[in-house]
Amino acid sequence: MAATEIARQAGEGVRAVPLSGHVGFDSMPDQLVNKSVNHGFCFNILCVGETGLGKSTLMDTLFNTKFEGEPTQHNQPGVQLKSNTYELQESNVRLKLTIVNTVGFGDQINKEDSYKPIVEFIDTHFEAYLQEELKIKRTLHSYHDSRIHACLYFIAPTGHSLKSLDLVTMKKLDSKVNIIPIIAKSDAISKSELAKFKIKITSELVSNGVQIYQFPTDDETVAEINSTMNGHLPFAVVGSTEEVKIGNKMVKARQYPWGTVQVENENHCDFVKLREMLIRVNMEDLREQTHTRHYELYRRCKLEEMGFKDTDPDSKPFSLQETYEAKRNEFMGELQKKEEEMRQMFVQRVKEKEAELKEAEKELHEKFDRLKKLHQDEKKKLEDKKKALDDEQNIFKQKKTAAELLQSQAQQAGGSTTLKRDKERKKNDGCDQS
Amino acid sequence: MSEIVPPEVRPKPAVPAKPSHVAPPASVPHMPPHGPGAGSQGSGGGSTLLGYVGIDTIIEQMRKKTMKTGFDFNIMVVGQSGLGKSTLVNTLFKSQVSRRSSGWSRDDKIPKTVEIKSVSHVIEEGGVKMKLTVIDTPGFGDQINNENCWEPISKYINEQYEKFLKEEVNIARKKRIPDTRVHCCLYFISPTGHSLRQLDVEFMKHLGRAVNIIPVIAKADTLTPEEKTEFKQRVRKELEVCGIEFYPQKEFDEDMEDKSDNDKIREAMPFAVVGSDKEYQVNGKRVLGRKTAWGIVEVENPNHCEFSLLRDFLIRSHLQDLKEVTHNIHYETYRAKRLNDNGGLHPISSSSDTQESNL
Repeated sequence: MAATEIARQAGEGVRAVPLSGHVGFDSMPDQLVNKSVNHGFCFNILCVGETGLGKSTLMDTLFNTKFEGEPTQHNQPGVQLKSNTYELQESNVRLKLTIVNTVGFGDQINKEDSYKPIVEFIDTHFEAYLQEELKIKRTLHSYHDSRIHACLYFIAPTGHSLKSLDLVTMKKLDSKVNIIPIIAKSDAISKSELAKFKIKITSELVSNGVQIYQFPTDDETVAEINSTMNGHLPFAVVGSTEEVKIGNKMVKARQYPWGTVQVENENHCDFVKLREMLIRVNMEDLREQTHTRHYELYRRCKLEEMGFKDTDPDSKPFSLQETYEAKRNEFMGELQKKEEEMRQMFVQRVKEKEAELKEAEKELHEKFDRLKKLHQDEKKKLEDKKKALDDEQNIFKQKKTAAELLQSQAQQAGGSTTLKRDKERKKNDGCDQS
Repeated sequence: MSEIVPPEVRPKPAVPAKPSHVAPPASVPHMPPHGPGAGSQGSGGGSTLLGYVGIDTIIEQMRKKTMKTGFDFNIMVVGQSGLGKSTLVNTLFKSQVSRRSSGWSRDDKIPKTVEIKSVSHVIEEGGVKMKLTVIDTPGFGDQINNENCWEPISKYINEQYEKFLKEEVNIARKKRIPDTRVHCCLYFISPTGHSLRQLDVEFMKHLGRAVNIIPVIAKADTLTPEEKTEFKQRVRKELEVCGIEFYPQKEFDEDMEDKSDNDKIREAMPFAVVGSDKEYQVNGKRVLGRKTAWGIVEVENPNHCEFSLLRDFLIRSHLQDLKEVTHNIHYETYRAKRLNDNGGLHPISSSSDTQESNL
């Protein structure tokens, strides 16, 4: 590199110093690479597209292996995301590849909410990474990165334009993931139609402000190839895992009665370009973009949502923690207030109930008193009556004894005359008595 | 009509040849696990590739990316004055990155406390740019009462961690957070020939947990080979007895291969080094050395001193590892402690939980 470049880089008062011999730190990239190789890489691809567009077949063809799975039916009630993880190894590079498929996309009658499960899925993985990053005790360097690095959007080969479902979904996803649109089953379109189709698609994407992934052109070694490829987007691909003998080689192809479409023939389809771009040239850049752009955007939005702000002019150290503390105190204060309210309500209710009960008690007492009084009155009456009766009985007894006495006296004094007199007297008594 | 498919001409990029003194990567390929792989959902597992895909090009991509961004490396030298710290750093990096104080002039006083002076330079080799920062600590161990003279150093190291933490915690973060954390601390042991001084032990005890310490025996041309081996053994024993772990720490060895490599290095530490930036003619070759009345001490001759061992260890094989241990272990320890001290609050997760449960 020219000395001027070094001087430019050493902007802030950092001198560039020439070396007088071989030091050896040019092995630094090797050291870094070897560490990464030991660690292994991970790459996550999301395939979005209607059922039957050949997503699984394309994945098989891209990675030259037979992933498991059978074709899905068309009667799914909603969009689901199925992810499968595979461990691939080539020479000494281990790759943990995760392929996420949208199942049932575009099959429903009402497709308004079709994009939602996809957005939620991506957000969930961003959230998981964010949580890990915010932990106190964290293990970021051994964390399995599950964020989606690339989204292959499969466009149906109608030959006309993008479907509105496609536009809506891509618009929702473009700020969350690197979108690479591809035209699926492109052997259904002829060459001339294909060119028109591509132009139509790109103009629609531009006019709707959908930001698809642009291959980076700042590194000289890949700038040229990337910029030409940028012009070929979206790639028209054909996938096939069947092999056909052409000449004396077995190639992947689809055989029709009128000819054979060779997958790896650049004249037939853009499959080779896609593979170049996706895997051999830009895999690392895709991962970096996901981390530095999409993830940072998500993180910023999420943290701002929580009410955190960056350090203000009189920057308090660690304002994140303090804002958090303040919020927590606020929250605890609210909790306490609510608790107080509830307690007061409770006390009031208790009081009311107590008053009611006291009322009832009073009434009962009164009733009791009344009844008691009644009872006493009755008793008194009865006693009076009884007394009266007793008096009468006593009088009767007295009279009876008196009468008997007289009778005995009369018997003693006279004979029958007394009897007459007695009879008269008895009559008189009887009259007196009655 | 079928066309002949042109044979695939894309060459398979060669796996980079590592320099000879670096241990080769694991030769046993890791077999992809069959059946349910680690953490795979659905029906995943080891898949064998039926042809060349190109996954291994990621090595090249990664290398290109790192070469474009360049590296930062911060090295701190600690030791009493006159032990040849600046000379050694200049010899290590073959350039005048550290201005040495050749003798004290009348105006140079011994600093009252330990000062921290950091100087940065950009050096480039083989297309790889490195921003090297040398942090000097004049005044360490030079006063009469040297109590707590490691404190300014400890404070400086923690300040760098704090700076990094603050940047990391920002809402809108920079794409590449400037890394000023101390990746490596070279501690210079005075070649008394007896054992470690109290100050040495205290320093390493206090800072061994916060930064990677590499002890070196300075001015080793005052020791004969037998004295050297004995001294080294005594030093190692003393460090073990005091429970001081210097880099490469035993507890961070990742696998058997690392362990065996690092064991060999640990056996040879602390390296007895000689530094020089003057060249002399020896056997028709120009070599760096020190000229004495009884001969020329060649710096890069492994029979004379262990400078080349130190250089290979430090720069050619473990440079990246030093940075990683600093980032993954020392920095994380600092961060965990810092967050715990701030109230022991678990961010976001618990608050959102309690909030949701009350809604």
